[in-house]
This record gives sequence, structure tokens and C-alpha cells, in this order.
Amino acid sequence: MQMSGAQMVCEAIIAEGVTTVFGYPGGAIMHVYDEIYKQNGFEHILNRHEQASVHAADGYARATGDVGVAMVTSGPGFTNAVTGLATAYMDSIPLVVISGQVPSQLIGTDGFQEIDAVGISRPCTKHNFLVRSLEELPRLMKEAFYIARSGRPGPVLIDVPKDITVDIGEFIYPDSVDIPTYKPTYKGNKRQIEKAVEAMKDAKKPLLYIGGGVVLSNASDLVRELAQKTQIPAVETLMARGVLGAKNPLLLGMLGMHGNYASNMAMSETDLVISLGARFDDRVTGKLSEFAKYADIIHVDIDAANIGKLVDVDYPIVGDITEVVEAMLPQLDGIDTDRFEAWRNILNRYDELHPQSFVDSDDVIKPQWAIERIGELVGENAIITSDVGQHQMWAAQHYPFDRPRQWINSGGLGTMGFGFPAALGAKKAFPEKTVINVTGDGSILMNMQELVTAAEYKIPVINLILNNHFLGMVRQWQTFFYEKRYSETDLSFQPNWKALAEACGGIGYDVTTKEEFDAAIKDAIEQDKVCFMNVAVNRFEDVLPMVPSGGALFNMMLPQKVEGK
Amino acid sequence: MENSINERRVISVIVLNESSVLARITALFAGRGYNIESLTVAPIPESDMSHITIATNGSAKVMEQITKQLHKLIPVYKVIEHEEMVEKEMVLAKFPITEHLSDVGALCAAYNGGIVNVGKEMIIAMVADEPNRIKHFIEAAQRYNPSEIVRGGVVAIER
Ligand SMILES: Cc1ncc(C[n+]2csc(CCOP(=O)(O)OP(=O)(O)O)c2C)c(N)n1
Ligand SMILES: [Mg+2]
Repeated sequence: MQMSGAQMVCEAIIAEGVTTVFGYPGGAIMHVYDEIYKQNGFEHILNRHEQASVHAADGYARATGDVGVAMVTSGPGFTNAVTGLATAYMDSIPLVVISGQVPSQLIGTDGFQEIDAVGISRPCTKHNFLVRSLEELPRLMKEAFYIARSGRPGPVLIDVPKDITVDIGEFIYPDSVDIPTYKPTYKGNKRQIEKAVEAMKDAKKPLLYIGGGVVLSNASDLVRELAQKTQIPAVETLMARGVLGAKNPLLLGMLGMHGNYASNMAMSETDLVISLGARFDDRVTGKLSEFAKYADIIHVDIDAANIGKLVDVDYPIVGDITEVVEAMLPQLDGIDTDRFEAWRNILNRYDELHPQSFVDSDDVIKPQWAIERIGELVGENAIITSDVGQHQMWAAQHYPFDRPRQWINSGGLGTMGFGFPAALGAKKAFPEKTVINVTGDGSILMNMQELVTAAEYKIPVINLILNNHFLGMVRQWQTFFYEKRYSETDLSFQPNWKALAEACGGIGYDVTTKEEFDAAIKDAIEQDKVCFMNVAVNRFEDVLPMVPSGGALFNMMLPQKVEGK
Repeated sequence: MENSINERRVISVIVLNESSVLARITALFAGRGYNIESLTVAPIPESDMSHITIATNGSAKVMEQITKQLHKLIPVYKVIEHEEMVEKEMVLAKFPITEHLSDVGALCAAYNGGIVNVGKEMIIAMVADEPNRIKHFIEAAQRYNPSEIVRGGVVAIER
């Protein structure tokens, strides 16, 4: 069929089964927007900033596992999108971002709103394309989606010069992709898997180290089965919360800088680490030379470059977690689970000794209380997104995550401003679920313009602002490591949150007591409107335990003991 | 880490001929802090691929990462870490015609080369040899007051 390049872009999006696109128009992408106006194959959401468009597409992708799509114009539209690309890149989230570019003949002339998009995005995309001709446009669209979702997923940018969107040509969307230089490995090496299984049977103190790759691979059920069958205790990274489920007795908790005592001690004492889709991030390992010092390491990862990057690995397995665990399970028939009982008992005692606790208060809302409370009120039914800071860590520590994709946060890049637009994406994907963005009084302002988007499109997400009047996480480091010099972290000057939300078509709540908290959550769910819930919390609360940056995992600053616990 | 000594390594990267493929490779080296000692690139005859030869250095661990990170680039088809290779580098040098031409010629011949161009005031010599021999050649050539020396970067082929 004959059509314009702009129409091809839309047809490709529809052919990929995409139903929601987030974006923002401008000169170079106007022809595509003209086609968006004419079609009804997908809905377009106009965010109020391109960064938010990419985060929203990202939230959509994380909630569903499908490819998220965002569209921006050239120049500033694209540069605004870069933080979104980098955020998705660091967490391996499948996105296709389509950017307009100045007409081909103007490229290289410093034309109006010309910027080298493929150059800028090279280090923060899995791959990118500058479309050179109309003929290659359908194939490149197809490849963009394929590359984004296959292998180790990631964002792909496709930069389309304006003249190509105007040109008319034959549209044949390819059925399949063949890139001779790109063949991801899914099946793990059979011999290596056998050896790893033997190591699991021989270990005395094995530990499952579960990372975000398990979520990306949709392998949670299999990993639960693996834990169940072997009775090997497990720790989750920040990106893997929900994989085993909070109620799982084998789950010790989250490990790392703000991991709980039992998890970090388990990693310090284990004799066999079974790493599934985790990448030994410095926020997880602490001091590398002390990390899992007594252990052999099985490392399963779809990205060979992750294996052996930071720690030496004894059993490297390149492959998709799903396929590898599927291959492991039958080989583990009859494994002696009693063998690990003494080890499990030690770890349980560690947890009793220093549980993930906090000292509650009757005078002021403790942020940890607020998290546990929403867990009780909405629990399994909710999707929780977050921004970056103390509130993010409290959410990760205290929310009873029950399933994968229930917890959506920027782990790798740590992008403040991610949570609200990501919540919009998640809510678009699952309108029947309660979506709560756990945020801070600093972070929320970084994409607060999305109040308008949420109000216009009736995307009722709850922004739970754990308001400590501080850039709290930075303040915490200043308390511990900079002799309490609170350089530029005091946020005593605050907006009128309620009025701000209302001015943009949302609802505002000011909450200072536990009663008000319950009432506000209940009301917010009933109202079905976007809201800012401004919850005054204890200003100087710290996130604990904490492993000081660069320290060994077992050297934790621990919370005060709670009487009677 | 065992084996943290830096060693010189030559790798061949076979890539799809795409406009930005070289930029992707050099950006990867720059962004991850790897060294490039020399880099050569040319299309592979009768194919849509190119052969890039990179001389680099780093510990065994860094070399492993370089190889793996290169492999991750979508247009990269193959990465060969050379072990048993024949390695050559070409160099062009310009000498004043007033120097002893037969001496220059003999020097070049000793390093697999010769005089390739004679002008009114200058002669141009070319040699092709192993990189460390090229180094020696350049040292020896100083005696004849070269006005310009251009090195080509190494190419290598596995034995
Ligand atoms: C875009 C961006 N800028 C700066 C930072 C550094 N940073 C990390 S946490 C934090 C404080 C966040 O404050 P707030 O949102 O109020 O959360 P709190 O820690 O108080 O819960 C800052 C500034 C960041 N992660 N992202
Ligand atoms: Mg704060």
C-alpha cells in the first residue's frame, strides 16, 4: 500500500499491537502527529514534558512487560527525553522512542532544532537508528521493536528526518527480523547447568540472589518453584522485589546498602551464591573484596558482559533465566532439602536478632508506618511506583510486595521525577488497579506538571508524598558523613500542596495524623482523581540498616531495637 | 584480581557496514575508559562487512570486558582476540633528496620496504613490518632527517 512515512510510523506502531503512545509534538514530527490525528489504532497521551512521556512509556513497559512507546520532536524535544532513555537503559526496560529530526538535507548544518540525537543517545540506548531513506523505514521500525524486547531488553531510539515522513512509498511491514549480527543467547550451556546443579546439591549454605532479570524474563513462578523445591533461602535486589512474594518463608528480604541484617549476613556467610538475573551493582555488593567472600558463584545472565564484570564467577551461564531454571528444575529432583536446615535456622535467628524494624510514634507519622499501612489497606491489589530517595528505600523495605511488576522504580539511574509519570503509564496499563507513587517533597516537583496530564486524561494515581521537608537521602548522608552541614537540602520552603493539586485539576490532602492518613487513602481511592497526598513525616528519620558506601556488607548501621519485638 | 598486569592485545572486530558503526566502537572505548593504541578499518571484499583492527592494552579482566562489550553492539558480527597472529603495520616516511639514497633504500629493504616515490626535493619510502620492528625502523630513520612519518596502524590475521 502507498503511504507517507508518517503514516508508516503509525501503521508500524499499530502492527506491533501498541495501544498507548506517550508524547509531545513539534516541528520535525508534525507530519506524524497529523497522521495520529487521523487514525484510531492507538491512543496518544500528551504529557506536559518529554521526560515524562518517556517515563510514562517506561512505567507502562515495566507494568506489562510489553514495549513502551514514546514520541518526541527534534532538538529540545529529544534532549528532554534523554533522561528517560537513560533511566530505561540502566534498568533494561524495552522502549521504542521515535524522535523527529530536521529534514535530511539540513542534517549537519546546525539547522533550527537540529541536534545529533543518535550521537547523544548512543551510550544510553541499546541501539539507535537515524533513518536514511523511506525504503528502510518499515524495516527499521520492525527492528527497533525486536531489538527493544529481545535478549537483554532496552530502549531503542529511531530518529526520523522530517522529509522522510512526507515522502510517499510502498508500505510492507516485515513479518520477521533477521539481523545477522544480533542473535541473543537464550538457552544456557547444558554442561554448565549440570555443573551448577551439582554445586547446589553439594553446598552447605547456598543462597539464591535474585535480581531484576527474573522480572524481565517473566520467570518469577519458576524461581519460586526453584526455591520451594530446593528450600534454599533467598535475597532479592531492589529491582526484584515481589519475585518471591513477601509471605514466602524462604525470602530473607532485600540485600545491599539498605538491605536487612539477615540478607546481608546471608550474603557474607554463604558458600554458594546462585545469582539469577542480578548484576552485582555496587549498591548491592558494598566492598567487593568482602562480598560473598566464602562462596563459589553461579551467575545466570542473558548478557555475557555482566558475567565476570565485577566478581569472578565459578559457574558462568549465559542464557535466559526462564530457560535456564526450566532446565535446572528436573535435575534437582530428590535434592536433600534437610541439608540446608541448619543454615536456614542460622539465618532465621539473624532475622529475629535484627528484624527490619522501626520505632513507631504516636506524635508524628513515621514514613515506615505509612508504607506498612498502605500495604495493609491496598496490599496485593496496588501497583507501587516510586521516586528516588529515602521514601524509595522505605517502600522497598516495608511494602509487602506480592508479585513481580508490582514495584516500579528507577534502580540503576536513580532518577528523581520518575515515579509520577511512571505511575501514569502503569495506570493506563491497569486501570482497575490502585496505583500509588510513593514520593518525596523533592522528587515530586521534578515532574509535577503531570498533574495536568493526569487530570485531563482522568488517570487517577495517588501521589503519596512522604514529606520530611528535606532532600532526605542527601540529608541523611550529611548527618552521617558531613558533620550535619545541611548544604542545600533543607526544603522548609514548601508549596501549598493541596492548592497546587487543585489548581491543576486534582485533589489535595494534608495529612498529619494516622486517622487522617486512613481517611485520605480511602477517599482518594473512592474519588478516582489524581491527587497529592501531603503526609507530614518525622523530619530526621534515617533509612536503616545502612552499609556506608564502600564498606563491607556485614558492617551495617542498625536501627534501634524495638522493645517486645 | 588475578592477572591485573596490563598487556598489549590486538583484536579484530568484524562489523556490518553501517554509517555509525565506527562511532559506536570508539564511543564504547571512550565511555568505558578503555585505551586505543591504534585502529584501522577497511571493507571486507565482496561482503557487506568491514574489518576493524584495534590494538589496545589492559588487564585480562579489562580485555574480557572489551570483547564482551564490543560483542553486545548490534552491528558487531564477530570479535577475535588474537593469540597466534601475523601482525603488520605500514609506515610512510619522507626524506630530503640530499640524503644518501642508497643508504635509505638499504634501511627500508631491511624492514620489508623500499623507496616508492622520488620527487624533486623529497623521496618517499614505505615499509611494512611487525609493530616493534616499525618502531626500530623509525628510530633508525632519524639519521636521515625525515621530514614526515605516517604510521598506518596495525592489521592482524590469526595464524
Ligand atoms: C534527578 C536527580 N537529581 C538529584 C539526585 C540526587 N538525590 C538522590 S535522593 C535525593 C533527595 C530526594 O529528596 P525527596 O524526593 O524529598 O526524598 P526523601 O529522600 O526526602 O525521601 C537527591 C537530591 C537524583 N537522584 N536525581
Ligand atoms: Mg524529602
